[in-house]
Amino acid sequence: MAFGPYLLLATLEGLVTSAVLALMALGLSLVFGVMRVVNVAHGEFYMLGAVLAWWFASLVSGHPAIGFLLALFASPLIVAAVAFLAERLVLRRLDYEPEATIVATIGLLYIIQQFALTFYGPEARPVEAPFDARIALPWFGYSAYKLAVIVVSVALMLATWLFLTRTRAGLIMRATQSDREMAQAFGIPVDRVYAGVFALGAGLAALAAVLIVPIRQAHYLMGLDPLLLSFIVVIIGGLGSLRGTVVAAILIGLSDGIISMFFSPTLAKMLATFLVALVLVFRPQGLFGAASR
Amino acid sequence: MSRIDGKSLWLHWAVLIVLFALNFLLPEYHRGVVTRVLLLAVFAMGYNLTFGYTGLLSLGHAMFFAAGLYGAGLTIYHLGWSVWPAFGAGLLAGIVLAVVVGFLALRTAGVAFMIVTLMFSQVFYLTTLYFTTYTRGEEGLVLPVPARTLTVAGAEFGLTDPGTRYMTALALFAVVLIATAFLVRSSFGRTLLAIRENEERMRMLGYDVFANKLASMAISGLISAAAGAAYAVLFGYVGSGFASIQYSILPLLWVLLGGAATTLGPLIGTLLTFYVIDTASSYTSAYMLLLGIVLILLILYFPRGIAGTVRERWLPWLP
Amino acid sequence: MAAVTPLLATKGVSRSFGGLQAVQDVDFTLQAGETRALIGPNGAGKTTFVSLVCGRIAASAGRVFFDGQDISRLPAHKRVRAGIAYTFQITSIFSNLTVFDNVALAVQRHLLGARDGRLSRDTLREQSQEALALVGLSAQAASRAGHLAYGHQRLLEVAMGLALKPRLLILDEPTQGLSDGEIENFIALVRKIGQTATVLLIEHNMDVVMALAERITVMNEGRILAEGAPEAIRADEAVQRAYLGA
Repeated sequence: MAFGPYLLLATLEGLVTSAVLALMALGLSLVFGVMRVVNVAHGEFYMLGAVLAWWFASLVSGHPAIGFLLALFASPLIVAAVAFLAERLVLRRLDYEPEATIVATIGLLYIIQQFALTFYGPEARPVEAPFDARIALPWFGYSAYKLAVIVVSVALMLATWLFLTRTRAGLIMRATQSDREMAQAFGIPVDRVYAGVFALGAGLAALAAVLIVPIRQAHYLMGLDPLLLSFIVVIIGGLGSLRGTVVAAILIGLSDGIISMFFSPTLAKMLATFLVALVLVFRPQGLFGAASR
Repeated sequence: MSRIDGKSLWLHWAVLIVLFALNFLLPEYHRGVVTRVLLLAVFAMGYNLTFGYTGLLSLGHAMFFAAGLYGAGLTIYHLGWSVWPAFGAGLLAGIVLAVVVGFLALRTAGVAFMIVTLMFSQVFYLTTLYFTTYTRGEEGLVLPVPARTLTVAGAEFGLTDPGTRYMTALALFAVVLIATAFLVRSSFGRTLLAIRENEERMRMLGYDVFANKLASMAISGLISAAAGAAYAVLFGYVGSGFASIQYSILPLLWVLLGGAATTLGPLIGTLLTFYVIDTASSYTSAYMLLLGIVLILLILYFPRGIAGTVRERWLPWLP
Repeated sequence: MAAVTPLLATKGVSRSFGGLQAVQDVDFTLQAGETRALIGPNGAGKTTFVSLVCGRIAASAGRVFFDGQDISRLPAHKRVRAGIAYTFQITSIFSNLTVFDNVALAVQRHLLGARDGRLSRDTLREQSQEALALVGLSAQAASRAGHLAYGHQRLLEVAMGLALKPRLLILDEPTQGLSDGEIENFIALVRKIGQTATVLLIEHNMDVVMALAERITVMNEGRILAEGAPEAIRADEAVQRAYLGA
């Protein structure tokens, strides 16, 4: 193959990564924006989503689409419920003090990992894609499922955006984000909004995971890399800015796809992490933060 | 403003004497465990200086421990250095890294500081993986036994001998314990504590907050690196695992459990964690569950840790 | 040039927050030894202005001179060491430390910087007790600062400023929330301080202002509206409009 098709392939792979990353980072960003806490266990919600997806898919026999669809609905719901519980039982009692919350979510990270290891095991397992078609391009065939992942996550992001801007619950969340005291004064139950946002954030991570398991396998340690990437996305996009998050996800996903096609993935991760740390040091509002505020 | 008063000085000596006696009393297996605990408690004391005394919650201290580990290990393995210069190389690597990282990361605060330190540490970890030709990544390097010989005043000690190993670890622990005990009672120590309490006020009292925090980071990095370098020469193994996020979170756990901003807390926390995990792992392999639950319970109910709670309830003089 | 160098001078200092001009183009001079009051309605930019002077906030434009030296580029802690002390409008003390330790932190910093002063345990104790005695908190030296009554916390705040042995002491609404009796003692205290140091006082209570200030500067909407002796300011029409008409 010539350079052009390679680049096209890398771009497509990058877009798949971007799509999933954007969903996951959206969850992290939402939690940070509204609750002002950093959820280190976000990667584990993603992992839990993937592992549950495998479990649901293995429950049903017949066409793989049935198992996949079941997972697509059930897995995010269960993960959201777990997050909701964790929020009620732990984070609320810490009064969302940022540093204490980080320590607590680190604890949560280990607990979820252990449960996955004990009940799911150390193996990596795939989930069968709901359909198995290939789209023939002039140079290579490309999985139709991967393209569908891009379309679906764009749709899911639009849905999230509509939810936030057009529904009453979304309005309440945004009001809480912009001014907690004011929201409280207007009788918004800030407490319950937080629990809802935390659950929604975890649900988004789980959704992203369900979409990705047919492409990448489920494994109990799969949460760390996406967590770091989501951090990177949320930081570059400007902490708490949803539009910035989406733009940054595309940027990071594409460059990740393209760089690791041509260079060592370790080097790519190393440089990306280093550069983002510098962004956080010198431009804490993010690269797009100033524009969106 | 008290100097190290009588009671607390005696307490420190008593702890050191008990640890000395344990060398002769402990069965072989436990002597090995306590050797490891002493070194990691040194790491925890380094972490305690920034987290406990200065109020800087770093999630990246693994890089300082690993800088010491690799600084000593690589110079022994590839350059054939002997123990003392290699130990020095480890210390140097640690303090240089701490100053550079501190210089950058201390421009941020709070949550951003945690994430920046986490990321720098991750970069360090990836670096050890990337240069796998020299480090052999996760698999790591085993240092040759003849190189692990400590020369003190002309006498040679093989560091593979369990007794020598224990005493060397104890010597490092004692030096760091006494040094930190004096440090935190000095004017510099009081300055750090006050910065933790109210940074803006300190600035308006004429203190250079940034420089003091940087000094705290540098000393903390140096102590952590000392633990890492000693670990390399005493146990003869150097691997990427020590640079992973796990080793940034463990010192946080040890210090939280033992008591932040107490001189003996790091030892108590490290010792307890080791034996709890040790005991638990003979019943179950689910030690991560235990780790997670302990972290959450601590932050919920005992944010001051063991020594901190003892100080608050019963012994206000506890250092 | 017969004129004495003023202790503090600002030339065109400005600061905006987003679109809001909090302080606009302020020229201000303060002679050594003076006790000056800075008054003005809420939101006039008084606290922002003194924050620009002591370096807590960076100026968007303009220069600050202290004793003839351009200190515009100095960070806050160096300005404090040069002799500018600031006491916070919202009490800012080390609540978990003892009253004595609070003051000792200020003394320690001063001794570390002073050429003749050596940081010894004795001088530290001596000078800390001196500062506490001046504000009348000697009896509370061993209590936790956070356990003090509010009025005493305000005094502790002042004692920390005094312990720095400043050449310019900036007091930001020191009497806010004090009782009448406490205010009276406070006036006496500032009189005593004013004998040795230059004082810049932001104050809402006009009785305090009239009792203490040798001159008064009035700010409104980020600018200096008027400046003069207390009687002249009291009679000034523009000032009355700013206070009453707004």
